Amino acid sequence: MKRVLEANIGLVYLFLYVPILVVVVFSFNSGEQISVWEGFTFGWYAKLFEDAALWRACRNSLIVAGVATIIATIIGTTTALAIERYRFRFRTALTRCLYLPIIIPDIVLAIALLTFYVQTRIPVGLLSVIIAHCVFNIAYVTIVVRARLQGYDNTLEEAARDLGANEWQTFWRITFPLIAPGIIGGALLAFTLSIDDFVITFFTAGVGYTTLSVHIYSLLKFGITPKLNAISTMLLANSIVFILLFLRFQGRTTTSQKQEA
Amino acid sequence: MRRNYHLLILLFPVIFWFICFFLLPLISVLIYSFIERGTYGGVEWNFTLENYARFLGLEDPEQFDTLYLRILWRSVSTALVCTAACLFLGYPFAYYLARYKPKHRNILLLLVVVPFWTNFLIRTYAWILILRTEGILNSLLGAVFPNWGPLELLNTPLAVQIGLVYGYLPFMILPLYAALEQLDMSLLEAAQDLGASPRRAFWHVTVPLSLPGILAGSMLVFIPTVGAFLTPDILGGGKVSYIGNVIERQFKTARDWPFGSALSFMLMGIVLVGTVLYFRALQQSESEVT
Repeated sequence: MKRVLEANIGLVYLFLYVPILVVVVFSFNSGEQISVWEGFTFGWYAKLFEDAALWRACRNSLIVAGVATIIATIIGTTTALAIERYRFRFRTALTRCLYLPIIIPDIVLAIALLTFYVQTRIPVGLLSVIIAHCVFNIAYVTIVVRARLQGYDNTLEEAARDLGANEWQTFWRITFPLIAPGIIGGALLAFTLSIDDFVITFFTAGVGYTTLSVHIYSLLKFGITPKLNAISTMLLANSIVFILLFLRFQGRTTTSQKQEA
Repeated sequence: MRRNYHLLILLFPVIFWFICFFLLPLISVLIYSFIERGTYGGVEWNFTLENYARFLGLEDPEQFDTLYLRILWRSVSTALVCTAACLFLGYPFAYYLARYKPKHRNILLLLVVVPFWTNFLIRTYAWILILRTEGILNSLLGAVFPNWGPLELLNTPLAVQIGLVYGYLPFMILPLYAALEQLDMSLLEAAQDLGASPRRAFWHVTVPLSLPGILAGSMLVFIPTVGAFLTPDILGGGKVSYIGNVIERQFKTARDWPFGSALSFMLMGIVLVGTVLYFRALQQSESEVT
């Protein structure tokens, strides 16, 4: 029985990582074929630097993800504070509704926003994508910050208030530093999801406002070259940096909570 | 009073965003699904039920056309198979991981989370390299078996199914792990002390107690896969239609927004029914355990 379980573990890891490794390995392939090995080269990476369309797409992705992350982090944090700190009448209903944008299929959300933009004559450009990304990012930030607020000690705030701090001072001196790792974790998650999103961007971005994901999609559809392997590898490296950062802050969350306990 | 005022400030932005950019857009699709398509790809503002009739195959009273119902069934059955496959692979995995030495467990778990953070488009693209006729799989098999005829795997329903399982497996493993990690081992020992075989203890103690994880994982896999558009588009090569692709085509190429809106609404309906069933099942499993 144990053998079977161990074999399953190995198979699942192979299944998860072989495709990723294949892309990384073939990004160094000198041939024109995407999956037939011919020799080692850094050439495809060098070509990335000359690709103006790619850099424009990168810039658009960074603008969208940056602005959407800032907005979603602020709104998600205030929402998490309201849900965790206050008891009000529609609390459960509100909490459930907030998660709806991540429950419905993303193509439905994308189309809903597209028809809404057309009906309200909101122009489709980068702003329309930023608004759309905030819709799902707010929900994700709320989840991460709520998790941080749940394992946290209210007595510190009470102590601050007993010592004469007003509510504003209490928030910035006590509450904010304590939940900051959760907020940063939520922001990193939002940023990653925003950079990676394809479906919602695809429908809500106007012509000429290509983001990185949409650019990769058009490469995939209309001419796969080994350059795509190099772009993919760069993005994979980027994701790994972000996940390590996220875990650093989440790790701090768990250790500091243990210290508190 | 002051507290209420604070609460209002904290909640105002999210309620504003939710109403303006989620609720109103949903109402907007609903409206679109009941109006007529215009001649040149626009819309005519006349009320009609035609879009739904077309989906149900009732447009032509002479002939019952099941085209869209079949496409919907293909999406639903593919999503169900995908959920089952993820559960089949993920459950033993999460079970083993939850009992692993705590020191290495976090690293093993991290390795499951990494794909969740990497670009879905790229992870799907990777399978093109593996499955295409000149791809890795065919060259490996060709090296082992000299007279191997290359398999045409790309652009088939099987490729789509593999891509979906690959894409959503972490969503199944994580909630299963969370449920199995909290499992009280003394309950299993008690069952065995009372004479239950390990197999019986597994089916009568472990599985029922991990049911919330099974349900949550199944939801997280089923919902995105039933509406999947990218995986069938890339790995199916547009040869086999799924509901997500049909919706995309109405907006991007056919320019029949009202029909696309009606399809989206039907898809959302299915997902919401699934969600309600999930909460029912969850409540039932919780009441049975306690």
